[in-house]
Amino acid sequence: MIAHADTIPKQRHPLIAFILRWLLTTNHKEIGTLYLCLAFLLFFIGGAMAMVVRLELFQPGLQFTQPDFYNQMVTLHGLIMVFGAVMPAFVGLANWLVPLMIGAPDMALPRLNNFSFWILPFAFILLLSSMFMEGGAPNFGWTFYAPLSTTYGPPSTDYFILGVHLMGVSSVLGAINVMVTILNMRAPGMTLFRMPLFVWTWLITAFLLIMAMPVLAGAVTMMLTDRHFGTSFFEAAGGGDPVLFQHVFWFFGHPEVYIMILPGFGIASQIIPTFARKKLFGYHSMVYATVAIALLSFIVWGHHMFTSGMPLAAELFFMYATMLIAVPTGVKVFNWVATLWRGSITFETPMLFALGFVIMFTIGGFSGLMLALVPADFQYHDTFFVVAHFHYVLYPGAIFGTMAAVYYWLPKWSGRMYDERLGKIHFWTATIAVNLTFFPMHFSGLAGMPRRVVDYSIAFADFNIVSSIGAGLLGLTQILFLYIIVKALTSGEKVTDAQVWEGAEGLEWTLPSPAPLHSFHTPPEIEPDEAHAATDKA
Amino acid sequence: MGETPRYYVPHTSVWPIVGSVALFVLAYGLATMIHQSTDKVAAEGTHGVWIFWTGIAVVAFMLFGWFGTVIRESVAGMNSGLMDRSYRMGMQWFIVSEIMFFAAFFGALFYARVISVPWLAGAGNNLETHTFLWPDFADTWPLFMTPGGTETEAMAAWGLPFINTVILVTSSVTVTFAHWALKKAQRIALGIWLAITVLLGCAFLLLQVIEYAEAYEELGLTLGSGIYGSTFFLLTGFHGAHVTMGTIMLAVMLFRVFSGHFTPKNHFAFEATSWYWHFVDVVWLFLFTFVYWF
Ligand SMILES: [Cu+2]
Repeated sequence: MIAHADTIPKQRHPLIAFILRWLLTTNHKEIGTLYLCLAFLLFFIGGAMAMVVRLELFQPGLQFTQPDFYNQMVTLHGLIMVFGAVMPAFVGLANWLVPLMIGAPDMALPRLNNFSFWILPFAFILLLSSMFMEGGAPNFGWTFYAPLSTTYGPPSTDYFILGVHLMGVSSVLGAINVMVTILNMRAPGMTLFRMPLFVWTWLITAFLLIMAMPVLAGAVTMMLTDRHFGTSFFEAAGGGDPVLFQHVFWFFGHPEVYIMILPGFGIASQIIPTFARKKLFGYHSMVYATVAIALLSFIVWGHHMFTSGMPLAAELFFMYATMLIAVPTGVKVFNWVATLWRGSITFETPMLFALGFVIMFTIGGFSGLMLALVPADFQYHDTFFVVAHFHYVLYPGAIFGTMAAVYYWLPKWSGRMYDERLGKIHFWTATIAVNLTFFPMHFSGLAGMPRRVVDYSIAFADFNIVSSIGAGLLGLTQILFLYIIVKALTSGEKVTDAQVWEGAEGLEWTLPSPAPLHSFHTPPEIEPDEAHAATDKA
Repeated sequence: MGETPRYYVPHTSVWPIVGSVALFVLAYGLATMIHQSTDKVAAEGTHGVWIFWTGIAVVAFMLFGWFGTVIRESVAGMNSGLMDRSYRMGMQWFIVSEIMFFAAFFGALFYARVISVPWLAGAGNNLETHTFLWPDFADTWPLFMTPGGTETEAMAAWGLPFINTVILVTSSVTVTFAHWALKKAQRIALGIWLAITVLLGCAFLLLQVIEYAEAYEELGLTLGSGIYGSTFFLLTGFHGAHVTMGTIMLAVMLFRVFSGHFTPKNHFAFEATSWYWHFVDVVWLFLFTFVYWF
């Protein structure tokens, strides 16, 4: 039994009722939808900025932007994609899926859930308003290194700092909610080692968020006092050190990159078994590998700073610790491949995106391994090779993961099926576009093209033309994706089966499609055998 | 989970959106206020201050409204044991996030003491930095003179800071006594111990104000006195802000005790406040050790 309290009077103008519903909702499904919509909107804004960047880099020389505006676009593109697109999209998925997967009636703290979401649009208003301020938007890159952001930052930097604070509050509160939901709200019988891997990866992601985001808050606070109150954290003349900023930032920043990929690991681990029609290979090793990756993520931040000035011993330590992460990551990739082995595989759109995820994320993983090598990194650092690396883990990693999840669970959420033919077209154009855009960056980077510079030598012209054409195509695929979603929601074929995909396992597939607004009022029965079957070692 | 699992899910709530708008107003006002009160940007009025305080006021209003609603639900018996556990875990993880916030500043402190100050004085392979940038700079902690030549005196550990340590540790004990009294339903003892805790919190804050005045006026120790002043004031300042929050929370608990709230079994808010208070206390012990003492 669930008690409900409804505070909206029934007789209202429909428009006002509609607005109030979304402003005041405490329902995990509605808040999940809000997160996903905001993420998609910001994905388009951040994507438009990337288009400006690629347009400018189409040819050497200055064509469309001035250097300062170019720097602003690079900075905002990074900030919006990290904090506005990838993170809210994953939180939206957690909102939708975690309570369904563990058999909970809602998130543990429903009001806090609403608060976490509605802080975000305001945070981005604050950040984006900086574009219209005197001196322009932040122009120091998404990593906002001191002294670029302290001594030399534009006046709008302070609004950026407060915007980051708001994003941090939102993330931490959201993460606390996910954490408590998973630890406290599981249906009886849903032991930790029966949880689907998506839930496991989000549990660990929530831990990383709670540990890392406050450190970011500390970093921007020191920036603010250095800028205005005469402190010397990042000022050598006062006994501080600009490199200290990099230490604090990357102590947050490296866990942050796992925050942006672990839920993607979880998604792949849900989808691949479904379409291979086999149990996930090595469930327990998947969990342990995720935990290992998360713990290691706190002791590798120095790999971003090999050329910033560290003692040799520190460089070696960070190099070996970073390379160690390849072990649990390799375990995961091995398990995904082993799950496919001798499966009866079909290639529906979610599966295509999940397989694209595994293959292309691994490319990004390998280039990460190259960057982890201190002597090699001295050559690669601050070149387009780094840009290629992290776009391979973020685009075909985090973004493909999110898209796979949307295709996979959309029928459950909305009760309507997407157009399979268009979905496949989306996947193949996106895959071609991603590789056209980012693969040539490996070569231009190895040849020495620096990142974050508006102009470049004529020697890199061919690679950049290819990248820019690919980026344009990639931009177009987003419009196709939007069209597919809208078409599915408005006129998609109705799904009536609870079991949308024949091979899918998990509690969410026991609910009708579309999933009712309130689910699992009474906890579902979890039969020992059935529940365990999903998680048995292969 | 022996009882029938029952979880109260509020349908809608107005407080979160009030809070989000308030935080936005607060953040926008703070940035504007800082712009208008420092010389980096030409001052264009003083409205930032007003926006900032409006934000603070609405946040306070939101907290009262939100917690008021939750308290009414709790008094009405709508909270199950499961929900109580959610609140507990939520508070615990919130305190973890607070610990990490302080960790950032302790990290800066240790970095300055172990790395940046010795390196500026030529330690390791930094002889050139030392010789060509600031050849007169000497490695000391507290940093009496920065490489740039700003001088300050150090805050002695065994004066006011030590008295404050005694005050905070004592207050941690008294709040525990209050908790024991609550569990044994001794309402008068509960009120007395809690009131003493609130007074100790206020005393701590008063002494810290005096200490800051001494630092600025007699020692020349300011936010601008190099990395020693930076870490000193940000660590003790944020700690002081947390003591202020904790004292307000304790005062609210005292008020609720007078209103007859809490039972020996059901007193999550009280326990959460006492956890917060212990956390603030432990942070202070680290502060006293690494900022003042060693
Ligand atoms: Cu890293």
